[in-house]
Amino acid sequence: MMQTFDLEAEGLRALNTALQAQTRETNQTSWQVLNPKGAHAVAVGLDAPIDVQVKGSTGYYCGGMNKQATIRVAGSVGPGAAENMMSGRIIVEGDASQYAGATGHGGMLVIKGNAASRCGISMKGIDIVVHGNIGHMSAFMAQSGTLVVCGDAGDALGDSLYEARLFVRGSVQSLGADCVEKDMRPEHIELLRGLLEAGECDAKPEEFKRYGSARKLYNFDIDNAGDY
Amino acid sequence: MRNDKSPNIPRTEPIMSATFTPAVNAEIRRAAATGIYDIRGGGAKRRVPHFDDLLFLGASMSRYPLEGYRERCNTSVSLGTRYAQNPIELDIPITIAGMSFGALSGPAKEALGRGALAAGTSTTTGDGGMTPEERDQSSKLVYQYLPSRYGMNPDDLRKADAIEMVVGQGAKPGGGGMLLGQKISDRVAEMRTLPKGIDQRSACRHPDWTGPDDLEIKILELREITGWKVPIYVKVGATRPYFDTTLAVKAGADVVVIDGMQGGTAATQDVFIEHVGLPTLACIRPAVKALQDLGLHREVQLVVSGGIRNGADVAKAMALGADAVAIGTAALIALGDNDPKWEADYQKLGTTAGAYDDWHEGQDPAGITTQDPDLMARFDPVEGGRRLRNYLKVMTLEAQTIARACGKNDLRNLEPEDLCALTIEAAAMAGVPLAGTSWVPGTSGDIT
Ligand SMILES: Cc1cc2nc3c(=O)[nH]c(=O)nc-3n(C[C@H](O)[C@H](O)[C@H](O)COP(=O)(O)O)c2cc1C
Repeated sequence: MMQTFDLEAEGLRALNTALQAQTRETNQTSWQVLNPKGAHAVAVGLDAPIDVQVKGSTGYYCGGMNKQATIRVAGSVGPGAAENMMSGRIIVEGDASQYAGATGHGGMLVIKGNAASRCGISMKGIDIVVHGNIGHMSAFMAQSGTLVVCGDAGDALGDSLYEARLFVRGSVQSLGADCVEKDMRPEHIELLRGLLEAGECDAKPEEFKRYGSARKLYNFDIDNAGDY
Repeated sequence: MRNDKSPNIPRTEPIMSATFTPAVNAEIRRAAATGIYDIRGGGAKRRVPHFDDLLFLGASMSRYPLEGYRERCNTSVSLGTRYAQNPIELDIPITIAGMSFGALSGPAKEALGRGALAAGTSTTTGDGGMTPEERDQSSKLVYQYLPSRYGMNPDDLRKADAIEMVVGQGAKPGGGGMLLGQKISDRVAEMRTLPKGIDQRSACRHPDWTGPDDLEIKILELREITGWKVPIYVKVGATRPYFDTTLAVKAGADVVVIDGMQGGTAATQDVFIEHVGLPTLACIRPAVKALQDLGLHREVQLVVSGGIRNGADVAKAMALGADAVAIGTAALIALGDNDPKWEADYQKLGTTAGAYDDWHEGQDPAGITTQDPDLMARFDPVEGGRRLRNYLKVMTLEAQTIARACGKNDLRNLEPEDLCALTIEAAAMAGVPLAGTSWVPGTSGDIT
């Protein structure tokens, strides 16, 4: 049975307390949150295999540090959505502001609209699929995980990248320091096919280009000092 | 000097420049040879006005002292009473500052936990995440929330007894972390989700918030995730202490931690350590003034760090208005860092006990700032913990001795009125009179 929670009437503390109280064995697996009205820290710190539907747009850090839960936002999200997510899925039907998926360690973030700057900054294992475009400085210092962009990427994509993989279908305004285009090999097509499918996206993997780290900044070298 | 050969003409002596000293010239030659700045550990080594420039006045005709060992002098303090359900209750006002696992070995972290537990105080994680060694030993563990977010996860966050939002560090206000390839062992690499053996230059700004307005929302999120149970500290490097304190409080901090320029670091550019930030002495009064102006002095606690070495430093920081202090370097020395017993090894590294600061190279003869198994085996965490406990007890007794001499039955009753300064600089920075005068330089202006 669907549990319905009116955020406006019952307040943020009560919402997060109720959602965080769910365990792996819960039978209250289906939740909807009404009247989010741009509230911050909605459905943060969850740790149970539950479905949460947020009926509207949220403010900062929606779904922050999520584990296991599937959170679907029928609207747009403010800065830092799904920040430091560990596992589970967060699907945003609208657009995402800055730092979407920042430092995420696992799970999948799907943004059906566009994402603003610094999408996937410092990501550490999360998979992010953006149906639209992403802003500048995305995947800055990204360590691990995969960022898939069906539209275009802004300036300085993948600056100071570590081992995260980036796939972009459209144009890239510019690559950041130490980020280079790489070959698309069959295993990348396969990886991408799976991510696109999981990300509810019907784009064709063959249309994407792959970007990754040139690994020139990994150990200090005076001849690369200009890139720092 | 013209080299006139005539024996009757007196020669000028060779004079070394006060500007181009041998150390300065050596650094120029090193830079010219390598093309990279000098990186090292530790804090500012140059002399800056410090607690040594202050004196306590003690009791006399107008103040009566308390009996040593007989009349109680309280040393306990609660941190985080503003919003947290479970403030940190410390028996002594000396905490162990955040030092990263990665910079320090696992056994060194364990020793810090053991010593702190035995002395009734807290320890703090650091860049690189929470280790079981420290969590298991330390009963009061502060979890640092850093720009890099290495090893950051909600389970560890919820295991923490407090959360410290690190905005900056005194050794490098405005700088990020640095852990060079030599020290990235398999375990360190895995905890940080990075390849082994690469240089880690962690970010200097948080990835998902920028200014104090964002920070307020970030703190809300952290509280929502941890159920408003644990205190949230905000740590800043000493730069603009009045405004930084005001903004940290506005953002919702339970505790403000201010770290002065003498504060240690695991590894940073020497130029950063020596030339950016304020001396610890200079930042306490402005921070306290900020809390007083907000009507929150003592309700939001102030922790001060950077060059705290003994009970006198503790007492002086508290007399200027701090609620507690934190120590990094001194704790490492208590564990055995820079101990002359390893002098032969220090010599091999081209240095000497007391000056060794290449902690980033991972070759620490004392086995503390290393990930090398052979060197780590030199360090016994149980013995290290005991030494740290002893040292913390001594500092506490020293601070109590001073407080009783000033007639105070609680360390926090010490006040600026108990102090005078030996130099005009220290008088101005601490806002106390120059010894033997009633002159407090700089008081006509605004303390901010
Ligand atoms: C080896 C070492 C590692 C440190 N690592 C961190 C860290 O990870 N995060 C942090 O905020 N500060 C770190 N610091 C700074 C300390 O938390 C603290 O601010 C400083 O050591 C206090 O000054 P003191 O060393 O003079 O006592 C480190 C310091 C040292 C000596």
